[in-house]
Amino acid sequence: MEVLTEEKIMLECRDIKKAYPTPKGDFVVLENFQLQAKESEFVSIIGHSGCGKSTLLTMIAGLNDITAGAITVANYPIQGAGPDRAVVFQSPSLFPWMTSLENVLIGVKQVFPHATTNQRLEICKYYLSKVGLADSFYKKAKDLSQGMKQRVGIARAFALKPKVLLLDEPFGMLDSMTRIELQDVLIDVWSKEKITAIMVTHDVDEAIFLSDRVIMMTSGPYAKVGEVAHIKLERPRNRKTVVEHPDFYKYRQQLLTFLDH
Amino acid sequence: MGQTILASFRWLGFGFLDPLVKLFQGIEPKKNGALFLKKAIIPILSIAIFLGVANFFSSYLYNIERERKIEKTRETQGDEAALAMQECIDSGDISCKPNSLPSPADVWRATQTLIADHRMISTDKAEFKTRTAAVNAQRHAQGLSSIRYTGRPSFVDQIFTSLKTVFAGFLLAAFLAIPAGIVLGLSETLRTALNWIIQIFKPVSPVVWLLLVSMVVKTILASADMDKSFVISFISVGLCSMWATLVNTSVGVSSVDKDYLNVSKVLRLGVVSNVFKVILPSSVPLIFTGLRITLSVAWMVLIAIELLAQSPGLGSFVWEEFQNGANDSNAKIIVAMFVIGGIGFALDRLMMLVQKAVSYESKA
Ligand SMILES: Nc1ncnc2c1ncn2[C@@H]1O[C@H](COP(=O)(O)OP(=O)(O)O)[C@@H](O)[C@H]1O
Ligand SMILES: [Mg+2]
Repeated sequence: MEVLTEEKIMLECRDIKKAYPTPKGDFVVLENFQLQAKESEFVSIIGHSGCGKSTLLTMIAGLNDITAGAITVANYPIQGAGPDRAVVFQSPSLFPWMTSLENVLIGVKQVFPHATTNQRLEICKYYLSKVGLADSFYKKAKDLSQGMKQRVGIARAFALKPKVLLLDEPFGMLDSMTRIELQDVLIDVWSKEKITAIMVTHDVDEAIFLSDRVIMMTSGPYAKVGEVAHIKLERPRNRKTVVEHPDFYKYRQQLLTFLDH
Repeated sequence: MGQTILASFRWLGFGFLDPLVKLFQGIEPKKNGALFLKKAIIPILSIAIFLGVANFFSSYLYNIERERKIEKTRETQGDEAALAMQECIDSGDISCKPNSLPSPADVWRATQTLIADHRMISTDKAEFKTRTAAVNAQRHAQGLSSIRYTGRPSFVDQIFTSLKTVFAGFLLAAFLAIPAGIVLGLSETLRTALNWIIQIFKPVSPVVWLLLVSMVVKTILASADMDKSFVISFISVGLCSMWATLVNTSVGVSSVDKDYLNVSKVLRLGVVSNVFKVILPSSVPLIFTGLRITLSVAWMVLIAIELLAQSPGLGSFVWEEFQNGANDSNAKIIVAMFVIGGIGFALDRLMMLVQKAVSYESKA
């Protein structure tokens, strides 16, 4: 495994272990799990269902306790959940009683406590427009389609100006057309912000299209990093050119072979 | 325009009138005519059957009472008196009418009597007001309270008194149960510690609440110049009916979707924001379901409580008519029964609308 120089590392998970207590003793999901992500790096994690991807992501988010090991963001150990690690959940988890604008605003208020109301609104509207919701600021979240909800989810996460962006199968609940649309939205916003991103996904093509690096996890229990693929496709990426690139099939083959085990 | 009518009808829960509205608008008259017949004729038919059965049953009971009355007269006063009694009964004279379950026609007559009675009392009241206006103005100037109308309340007055009491009780229940439910919902320790109170007091009968409340109120308001029976009955109604709201609020607050709480943690919302922007809005539908149950329980126990507490209202109206035993008392009781049922139904519909309006679930 390559060694990254200290100052460029944004996120580090060192010797992570996670055990869930069960009546029959501890169930060890992850053990000796290592992960480093550089500043502005987009890392995808793939692995079989139940291997512990969500567990890992919720631990980084601070929503789930670590049994052993350490997680640092910009060299500081994490303490609980916080807006420096924004999360895009699989179910969009918007507050349905609020408008899309209010859903973004509630987070922006926390992160920019000294900004004026107008400045905050500008930030929210900027990101909502970026994800293509310029005409839906005042729609109640409950009235949005699943795809639009996830757009708000993405806007909400980026508007927090986080150090790390965590995405847990963000497009898993969408149909394939919407999924492709949202991948484009995500990569579009991300390439402007260049926030370190960790995304869990089931979709091999999605992982290759979006990531700089794809981490393949072994199946649980005691899951750890199996293989790593460095996706050296040029950015900004275009879906058509990526698919036509000869390396695309090489990466695809590598991921599928690993998952076939 | 037509769409708005349809939508608002459906929203009010009168979806079964859809075909009729469409019929009036001339949309697909054949199909909607048939639909209307199907949807409206059946309820009308069932009402007709109900009236028929009621009529049959009441005339059956009437005949039993009639025979008994004649026989009794024969035993005590001889054949001649019995014959006179029979003639008197069959002539329809009110003075010797047998007292049994009133027929639908009796009920209809009693309804008209009650309405006429209300008109009379209203004019009487208005007259009283004009008559005392000058005197009252004078008394006001002297700092005295005005002379009040002390005549008998009409049936409609009783309805409004009952509604006033039930709303006072309902508000009391909401003011007690919602905050308490929030606190219980937020703290698992408190929930376990105080669960026994809910379990024990929830099934307590309205009668016992009434006694308990009057023990307390009697002492506290001993000297106060207030309508004690009103205070006692609305507090009892509130205490009886608040439990559904209390339980629902605490369940709503303690079972907020984990995803929402995770978002709140990621955003590091403070306690106040967390409660008022996340936990409460997300429990609103459950709280209102609780309030809907509370209101229907409140209306149901109100009648019993008024009856016992002898506070004015529909309950005491029913009780007075029952003890009064006039020839149309039974019919008036039946009228009151339908009014009570109808108001209960209307209140429930009202709460259902409020519930729909505050629900954030998508309609899809
Ligand atoms: N709270 C929990 N208690 C016990 N076991 C859990 C809990 N959460 C997840 N697990 C188990 O841990 C394993 C990993 O779960 P998860 O991280 O959700 O997998 P993935 O996201 O990769 O599908 C699964 O076997 C799951 O059953
Ligand atoms: Mg998962």
